[in-house]
Parts: sequence; structure tokens; C-alpha cells
Amino acid sequence: MGSLNLKSIRKAFGNHEVLKGIDLEVKDGEFVIFVGPSGCGKSTLLRVIAGLEDATSGSVQIDGQEVVNTPPAKRGIAMVFQSYALYPHLTVKDNMGLGLKQMGAPKAEVDAKVAKASGMLSLEPYLARRPAELSGGQRQRVAIGRAIVREPKLFLFDEPLSNLDAALRVNTRLEIARLHRSLKATMIYVTHDQVEAMTLADKIVVLNAGQIEQIGSPMELYNKPANTFVAGFIGSPQMNLIEAGRLGEGQVKTIGIRPEHIKLSRDNGDWKSKVIHVEHLGADTILYLETEIAGLLTVRLFGEHRYDVDDIVYASPDKAAMHRFGADDRVLR
Amino acid sequence: MSKARISPLRSGFVHLALAGYTVIALFPVVLTIMNSLKDKNAIFRTPLALPTAETFSLIGYTTVLKQGDFISYFQNSLIVTVVSIFFALLFGAMAAFALSEYRFRGNALLGLYLAIGIMIPIRLGTVAILQGMVAAGLVNTLTALILVYTAQGLPLAIFILSEFMRSVSDDLKNAGRIDGLSEYAIFFRLVLPLVRPAMATVAVFTMIPIWNDLWFPLILAPGEATKTVTLGSQVFIGQFVTNWNAVLAALSLAIFPVLILYVIFSRQLIRGITAGAVK
Repeated sequence: MGSLNLKSIRKAFGNHEVLKGIDLEVKDGEFVIFVGPSGCGKSTLLRVIAGLEDATSGSVQIDGQEVVNTPPAKRGIAMVFQSYALYPHLTVKDNMGLGLKQMGAPKAEVDAKVAKASGMLSLEPYLARRPAELSGGQRQRVAIGRAIVREPKLFLFDEPLSNLDAALRVNTRLEIARLHRSLKATMIYVTHDQVEAMTLADKIVVLNAGQIEQIGSPMELYNKPANTFVAGFIGSPQMNLIEAGRLGEGQVKTIGIRPEHIKLSRDNGDWKSKVIHVEHLGADTILYLETEIAGLLTVRLFGEHRYDVDDIVYASPDKAAMHRFGADDRVLR
Repeated sequence: MSKARISPLRSGFVHLALAGYTVIALFPVVLTIMNSLKDKNAIFRTPLALPTAETFSLIGYTTVLKQGDFISYFQNSLIVTVVSIFFALLFGAMAAFALSEYRFRGNALLGLYLAIGIMIPIRLGTVAILQGMVAAGLVNTLTALILVYTAQGLPLAIFILSEFMRSVSDDLKNAGRIDGLSEYAIFFRLVLPLVRPAMATVAVFTMIPIWNDLWFPLILAPGEATKTVTLGSQVFIGQFVTNWNAVLAALSLAIFPVLILYVIFSRQLIRGITAGAVK
């Protein structure tokens, strides 16, 4: 209960096409994350799935049933919004129970389900409060609770952590991961934060300019990016993308090498370079180099290292970890 | 609240200016009430003096309450004002919701068309309105006044409310849609409570011109049964002799209902005016 099937979804606002034919299959119980830069159409796609926007063409199937003409409330979905979107004049309890009440569920059932969901999210002490009396993290938990109470086939999350501060973001992220394990529900999650995507997802869908660039598990995307966009988008700091011509490789347009796959030495190596900036993060040291051959290069070293600006160092890439991209920006296998 | 210290001199000037404005604004009101409590000679001899034991007289009020059917005039005014505000707010909010919430062809144009009424006074159409009311058989009914005032109040209501409704979060409305609320439920249960301060603002701005209007009651409903307070007080103003006691007493009495409505709305009103500016 909870599969999703999208077939050639297109969406245009006037002459501007936001989604250019999206095909996607989500299996029951999967945690799928849409990730991409702002304006790539990921939120619009989520809204199309929810039924809040009509697709210009294409088909949306939930559990094998065509839902294009079904209103949002009847699709068996629940959504968590970035801005929480709690009803300001209702108490936490009423906020969570409203959906079921609208469906005509008996009061005892609503109460039982609200109690269960609030237990899961440790919201019991706040049930009688209004949203204005809660902190940001609590509000987002109520919003998640409101989704759980509906027992939907699909959970939809629209950047749910963007309004929270860093510490709460990590906590809530863990909470969502825990919920996914205990509910075994299908979840679709939109974010622009690749850390959220890498840590939560079973399957990541990378979107760019209304098209799917690549679908795969987090490690697939990290280890085998299909094209330069995914290569540059997944991983932090970004993968170094070097013009292949500089390194004298024919038939290849771009060579990609992750910052953590480069070794540094003061004495000898492949690329002589000068340090232009150093960031000490404790666990990592990130160096920005100006190389003679390959141009600007980011290098990530584990642990603490003493390098100063203007030091001369030699960088040696791990040849086996290099990614080669052809003239169409796709990876060459 | 800013905690920056303001020099006593500067705050003194501010208070002086505000106090001056308050005096100017209150002067005619106080003068009216004061003189309504004096006898006729005192009104003319010492119009600026407070009523003393000799000059104090309730003759104006007794005249007003005896003469004509003042209670019914009040009733008419209240019915017309309250019902007109209700309809102007209801239909104005509905139109504003449609304009701000739904994308449809000609949306901006329709919004502009509905706002034209703010710039063009409805009185320009008096002759046509009168002909229409005669044809519909509505002359000398309160319905005629309610219809006209609702129309008069709509443009401002739509203009202000649609701006406010645009600021209501889309996510909230979408959450309602997912929870199975109908568009009507979203309008009445989610959006309206959130724009309440704006509604109060519109109510006050709509109420005062309606309550004070003389023009349309005089033209559309001058009959004894449908007279409003403003029209009713004109009885005492003659071409040659004016019963000032009665006029002033009638005006003083007419202030109170507006005052009460204003107090009801004012707390919301301040939030309505400052919302958007502060926050």
C-alpha cells in the first residue's frame, strides 16, 4: 500500500515549462528524495503528486489507481510543509485530528489516533496548546503528527527542515528517519540540502531544469554520477571538474575528481600548485589550490594539517577514482 | 518596542503636537455635546461656556425624544448600517478571496474594475439609481439604502481585503485542501479569521460614511417609516427657524452608536493598520 507511478508529467505556467516529462516509479515503503537547485521543479512535482497543482499532461498513479482527477483529500496522501502550515486558531489536538474529522471518522477513533501519533512524537504535554505557543521544532513535530494521524499511503515532505536551526534540523532529521523505519510508509521528500538527501534517502532523484538527471541510491550517485551536473551537485565540498584538454586526454571533455581523492605532498607529485586558502574544520582540512596544469582545485584532507597560504605543494589524484565525462557531459564508461 | 532613550524635550514636542491635534479633533464634538445640554439663550450668548446650574437644560433631548419617532430613526440607521457592513464585508471578502486565490483570465483587469469604485463617487449615479429603485418598487424601503451602501462599500473592501488575503500563506490553504476542507471551509474557517484585523479596518471605513449619509436617505427613503437619524434631525432645521437645542441633542445622540461600534472594532483596527508595516 503506497506505490507511486509517474508517467511523462509535464507542467507549464503560461509558456514557461517547469516540468519537462518526468517518469518515476516509487515502490511501497521507499524513502525517495527529490533534490536539486532552486527552480528545478522539485516542489512543483511534489504539488502535482499531492494534487495541489494540475499537471499539464501525464499520469499520476497511486497504488495503481489513476488520481489525476482526484482531489487532494481523496488521494490518500499527507503533506508536511516548510512553513508548518498549522491552523493558528486550533489546538495541537484539533490540528492533528481535523483531517480525520473531515473524513467523518468517529470521535473515539480520532482521539485514539491522535494519542498514538502524539505519543510517537512526544507531543502529549502540548496537546491543548495553540501553534503560537510552540517553538519551531515543536510546530514541525505537530505538522508531522498531523500527517501520521491520517495514516496515508504516501507521506509528502516539502523542505520540512528548512525553517529550523542547525541543531534542531539534525534532531528532526533523525526523528523522520526513525518514523520511516517504524511506520514502513512510503515517503517522498523534497529538499535542496544534499546532506538531508544523502542521510535519509533510499533513493535520490536529482532534478535539474524540470528534468530528472539521475535516480539512484545515495552511494550510487556519489560513486557513479551519470553526468557533470550530478557530479557537481552531490558531495560537499564539490567535485573538482577539470577541463580534460589541460591534462592532455583526448575524447574526454571533463575530468572529475572528488576533493577527498587527492593526495598532497610537499616534495613531489603530479600537479605543482600554490595554496590560496585553507579551512580548518577539525575533522577535515580543506585546501584551495591554484595548480599550474589543472587550474583551481579543492582538496579535502582528513584530520588536522599545517598548511599555510602561499605554500607550494604537489597534488596527486587517485587515478582509479577519476570520473570521465564526454562532450555531452555524460559519463564515459 | 524600542528601548532607545528619547530626550524629554523631543518627546515633549511630540506630545504637544499630539495633544494639539486631539484638542482640534475633539473640539466640535465636545462643543456639540456641551451646547446640547444648555438652554437656547445660553447657546447663543455663550456658546463656548460649559453648562452651569442656570443654563443647564435637557429641553433639546426632551424635544427630540417627544418629536417624531426618534427611536425608530435610530433603529433604521442601525439596521441600514449593520446590514450594509455585513454584506459589504461578506461579498467583498468573497470577491477578494477569488481575486487573490485563483488564477484565471482577466484576474488583474477584474481587480482593477472592482477598485474603480474607490475613485468614482457613487453619487454620480444617483439619477440612474433612483430610476432603478422606482422601477423595482424599492423607493422608501430600507432595502434600497442597504443595496446602495453595500455597493458603495464593496470597492474599498475588495481592495484592502485582497491585499491582505494575498499575505495568507498558500501552505495553510493547501494543508486545508489535503485535510479535506472545501473551498468554502477554507475561506470561512482558515482565511477569514486570519484577516480579521483587515475586516475591522474595512468595517470602520465603511460604517462612518453610511451612518453620516444624508444624500441617499433623502432621495431614496425620505418616508417617515424609513427615515435615518441624520435625515430625522433635519426636521429641526428650518428655513427660517432652527431648533438648535433639538439639533444638537439629536447629533449628540447620533454619535454614541458609532462610538460603540468603533470601540468594538478599534482594537482590531490598530492591528489592521499596522500589520504589514510592523512585523
